[in-house]
Amino acid sequence: MEALIAAAIGLMTAGGIYLMLRRRTFPVIIGLSLLSYAVNLFLFVAGRLAPGLPPIISKTAAGYTDPLPQALVLTAIVISFGMTAVLVLMALGAYLTGGDARIDLDDGGAE
Amino acid sequence: MNHLLILPVLLPGLMAGLIVAFARNRLHLQRVAAALVVLALLFMAGLLLVRAAAGPEAYFLGNWPAPFGIVLMLDRLSALMLALVAVLSGFVLIYVIGTGWDQRGKHFHALFLFQLMGLNGAFLTGDAFNLFVFFELLLIASYGLMIHGGGADRLRAGVQYVAFNLLGSTLFLFGLGLIYAVTGTLNMADLAERIAALPAGDAGLLRVAAVMILLVFAIKGALVPLQFWLPGTYANAPGPVAALFAVMTKVGAYAVIRFSTLVFPPDSAAIGSLVTDLLTPAALATLALGAVGVLGTHSLPRQVAFAAIGSMGLLFLAVAAGTPAATAAALYYLLHSTLATAALFLIADLLAARRGGAAAHSGLIAALFMAGAVAMAGMPPLSGFVGKLLVMDALRSQAVLAWSAILLASLATMIGFARMGSALFWSPQEADPALPIPQDRGGIAAVLLCLAALAALTVFAGPVMAWLTVAAENLHAPTAYIAASALRGGT
Repeated sequence: MEALIAAAIGLMTAGGIYLMLRRRTFPVIIGLSLLSYAVNLFLFVAGRLAPGLPPIISKTAAGYTDPLPQALVLTAIVISFGMTAVLVLMALGAYLTGGDARIDLDDGGAE
Repeated sequence: MNHLLILPVLLPGLMAGLIVAFARNRLHLQRVAAALVVLALLFMAGLLLVRAAAGPEAYFLGNWPAPFGIVLMLDRLSALMLALVAVLSGFVLIYVIGTGWDQRGKHFHALFLFQLMGLNGAFLTGDAFNLFVFFELLLIASYGLMIHGGGADRLRAGVQYVAFNLLGSTLFLFGLGLIYAVTGTLNMADLAERIAALPAGDAGLLRVAAVMILLVFAIKGALVPLQFWLPGTYANAPGPVAALFAVMTKVGAYAVIRFSTLVFPPDSAAIGSLVTDLLTPAALATLALGAVGVLGTHSLPRQVAFAAIGSMGLLFLAVAAGTPAATAAALYYLLHSTLATAALFLIADLLAARRGGAAAHSGLIAALFMAGAVAMAGMPPLSGFVGKLLVMDALRSQAVLAWSAILLASLATMIGFARMGSALFWSPQEADPALPIPQDRGGIAAVLLCLAALAALTVFAGPVMAWLTVAAENLHAPTAYIAASALRGGT
């Protein structure tokens, strides 16, 4: 279980970083989404894997799973979702006004 | 528990929501609301400065005891940063209203207030995850402000800025996850205690987390090699927004100061001299790159952006030293460099609005530019000189390398600005008298106020430094800070 989840996080991070290094906005956005999936899973397992246990102390259960990482993941999901939406909108705006989807800037672009 | 602590976060947020809901198309109402909030923030920052002098203080959100709930912490450093934000936002607001920048889009004032909410929250919070949330809050407002007014170049620079910062946020979450996995807490005071007592087997993981978190703050603070986002962003952002962003890089510096003294102190076995070892070379490289950039650019906004990078290098050089004297000097330089960068961005915007017209060569603008450049390059009589002297005095132990880097960078900055000034104001350009003189008295007043604040910082350098020295000593001996957060009900 640990190996599976660790491998999943590693794969998604690697894919995300590879896509981040591309020159067009669309792969970069997909790469950022992959990275945020990876980090969400990572945060989730930061509280250790405890399958089948309630996130609260209960007399009938054998133990409990740490509820705090779940709350953190929820916050992180909401934030990364909103941020990705903003990025998509801005990339679309840049594409429509600029005419291409390059993400790099010309050095003279600051004039 | 004093509710004054949460007001600087709540008030701008509430007002921004009200503006979006009820004053969407009423610019005058928006202006009045924003001005009222900034005035209130100035007043509250003054009160908090007085309170913070008495010692650190905690505010428990929802009255949950630390470390189970989120705490806001007020100490001298956070009060100082709040005051800086309030003063700077006042100047920016005067400029924006005076030049009519806020007419170019509907939501300037709402975004501006959300940005202030994020900044104030980031400076007040005592919880590492909450710091992440406030970072995101100030970033999402800054994305909106950055592309305010539109334009293809600005949008493209904005996409780059957002992508870079999203990567930073992801890294921050990885770091926080690791820290939580190792220590089981995210309250900063609690972290300080747990990391001091960390079992040796966990030290490696914690060091990885510390490096990740430092990388995030280095992105925010534009440290080489993570400075790539800054020149494009600042040079393409609207002038007043770039001036407000002058405090955004300082958020990175603030976070490094807070974490390197409280959470990752050099006297804990797991961390050791990690922060100093990583930051010192990066800061020197930043200083050098800023100086080269200032010499090598042809447009004023880009030049100011590179000067801002250079000043971050100097700031981080002092922070990396990790002694109370160096931290106090860094704080003084932080105040100075925020105001000086903001003043120069506003001047660049004034000039851009006048380009080509007869008024472009007005002596007043040239004089303002001269004063701003003197402040930025760190020449007497303005506060840049005092700040640089203080930093150099604090870095006496590494005089050969640090002093020569600082002095050479100052020389390069001076030459760069002198060349830019002569190209802008002395070159015989054909002025077109038909172009109207822009109505920017309000803008000029804002720049003058900014420069006056720099002058005041110079004149009152003695009392300010006395206050900052105590602040730095409290930072490096955080027992009172940890005690104030009353972990697990103990006081």
